[in-house]
Amino acid sequence: MRTPLRPLARILKARETGENPDVIEAENRARRHAADQDKARNRAEGRLLLLGLMFFCAFAVIGGRMGTLASSVPEEPRAAAEGNPIIGQRADIVDRNGRLLATNLDTYSLYAHPHQMIDPVQTAEQLAAIFPEMDVERLKADFTGKRRFLWLRRQLSPEQMQAVHDIGSPGLLFGPREMRLYPNGALAAHILGGASYGREGVSSAEVIGVAGVERQFDAFLRDPANEGAPLQLSIDLSIQAVTEQVLAGGMALMNAKGASAVLMDIHSGEIIAMASLPDFDPNSRPQVALTGDQSDSPLFNRAVQGVYELGSVFKIFAVGQAMELGLINANTMIDTTNPLTWGRFRIRDFRNYGPQNSTTDVIVKSSNVGTARIAMQIGAERQRSFMGQLGMLEATPVEMVEAPTGAPLLPPNWSELSTMTISYGHGLSSSPLHLAAAYSSMVNGGTKVEPTLLLNPEPTPGPRIISEAVSASLVDMLRQTVVRGTASMGDVEGYEVGGKTGSADKPRAGGGGYYDDKVIATFATVFPASDPQYVMILTLDEGVETSGTEPRRTAGWTAVPVAAEVIRRTAPLLGLRPNVDMGDPVGITLTSH
Amino acid sequence: MRGFLFVFAACAVIALAFWAYRENYATQTAIREVRGLYSEIGAAHDRLQMLRAEWAYLNRPDRLADLADLNFDRLGLLPLRPEAFGAVDQIIYPVPPILPITDPIELSADLIDATGDPL
Repeated sequence: MRTPLRPLARILKARETGENPDVIEAENRARRHAADQDKARNRAEGRLLLLGLMFFCAFAVIGGRMGTLASSVPEEPRAAAEGNPIIGQRADIVDRNGRLLATNLDTYSLYAHPHQMIDPVQTAEQLAAIFPEMDVERLKADFTGKRRFLWLRRQLSPEQMQAVHDIGSPGLLFGPREMRLYPNGALAAHILGGASYGREGVSSAEVIGVAGVERQFDAFLRDPANEGAPLQLSIDLSIQAVTEQVLAGGMALMNAKGASAVLMDIHSGEIIAMASLPDFDPNSRPQVALTGDQSDSPLFNRAVQGVYELGSVFKIFAVGQAMELGLINANTMIDTTNPLTWGRFRIRDFRNYGPQNSTTDVIVKSSNVGTARIAMQIGAERQRSFMGQLGMLEATPVEMVEAPTGAPLLPPNWSELSTMTISYGHGLSSSPLHLAAAYSSMVNGGTKVEPTLLLNPEPTPGPRIISEAVSASLVDMLRQTVVRGTASMGDVEGYEVGGKTGSADKPRAGGGGYYDDKVIATFATVFPASDPQYVMILTLDEGVETSGTEPRRTAGWTAVPVAAEVIRRTAPLLGLRPNVDMGDPVGITLTSH
Repeated sequence: MRGFLFVFAACAVIALAFWAYRENYATQTAIREVRGLYSEIGAAHDRLQMLRAEWAYLNRPDRLADLADLNFDRLGLLPLRPEAFGAVDQIIYPVPPILPITDPIELSADLIDATGDPL
């Protein structure tokens, strides 16, 4: 009930008593004002309380949520995740046609909780009966000792798992594992490398690459963002298999202790096949040898890591450079008087080829003297820079973790004498892969090629090294070498093989000269000569051909026939049509001349 | 009017609450279903992976070469060699069928054959 400011009754009474009625009004006004203030304060207090309550609730919610987040197990937000959250496995490795080279297989590991075993001794005996490599006494000691956990095996076959299951001991437990499988066995072993386990837990273990492309592309293969996209290599499975098969046969026939072959596309630098023997099975990669010569280990990749003085195959570089510089042409007569004396050093040919030979014949007959004379015209500085352009002065950029270990061995001082010896392949050690890339650059029209193991369907030509005309005449010289020179066994009917042999004595291990009876025989070949597509480098380590009266170690007798057989088998698989004259067509008779 | 608005708002709140409740459960069901499907896809993927590995293992070049050797009698498979290629013009034209002889000519040679050696 609102009180009027000037209540009539009080006003009249005040007038009667002579008081000032304004006092009454002021009093009432003050009272009303105080009431209004009270009301406003109450409302404000109520609002503050509400606001405080809301803040409290908000903080409580946030605090509670933080508490639950902190105390709960993290979980992937499945509903919000895009893409395929299933494929968390290490990616496959496939060849250029998509055939599997490496994949994963689900298996189980075996571990033990000895304190849960009922009869540890009998369990140990039964386990040792299943796994012959386990030592029963050691198992008994482990099971009856203080250990509460121990790994028994990393991988089990399903049969073994069933057998362990049949023991029925509650202390034997299985943990899921992913195992890396190389279904083709030893095929392309050096390229693939191998895989092993990294951090291991009971419920899972990470698979890590230990060598080759497995290690080089470890991050890519493990990256879940790829959603299981495989790593596609430039290798062709069938061609790799044939190359390895023929190479193994050739190595056995030629009594070699090692062999390697590299088959490369000369335009893209893709390695179609790369084999190194002896090899190993990446499914059970052998241990790295701690003593002895690493290059005798099957893990050693001769094609990439093996740096050798490769001999006369280098002659084409000196001739190519001299022709590019305009110093000589294919028909220039070169002085080949045997021997060539330089200070205390004498350069000899395999036999005397007469006082003069054309440049083509220097290559065809493989004259060290002739090549050395050409190199003298070029000079050390220019030769070195040319070799650098070809990539012969540093490790190959191929995508393998071992590649940097195959760095070439260069002469400490690139003297005039080094220039001459390097021109015929001594004094500079390089790997067969170096040679393959350099040969590709020389015969593909003269642009630089870098070796790669990854599929590269649209190659871009590298910087120009020699002109197309020089490249074409080099191919012609290589073809002549096969037709009428040192590599006459290398001809494969229909494929116009061109190539250059190289037989280099091996340097003695302790230094000081060369062995007389140990030869690295190399055949560097390009085919088909009319339209070069592929380069193959085949190397035999200490090969010897013993069918004759005396052992023959030159590449023409050892590496060349093996290479010819490899080409005969692989060229049809590469899709190259042979240019074979099949005689008269059947059913058509020439009736008049 | 005001009373109507209050009632309407209250009804709207109830209706929306009911809708949100249903959507919440529908979402949870969908998530559960997706989870089930994912695990099914995962299992299928594992199976596929195993089959692919097995396929690759059974088709490894060593084994195929051995099989080709074992079954050489039946299949006669040889490594692909340059001689296996040919040109189109080497393929024989179809041989025209020999027409039946309707008007035979008697040859004296036939008589000789029939009577034996004349000499």
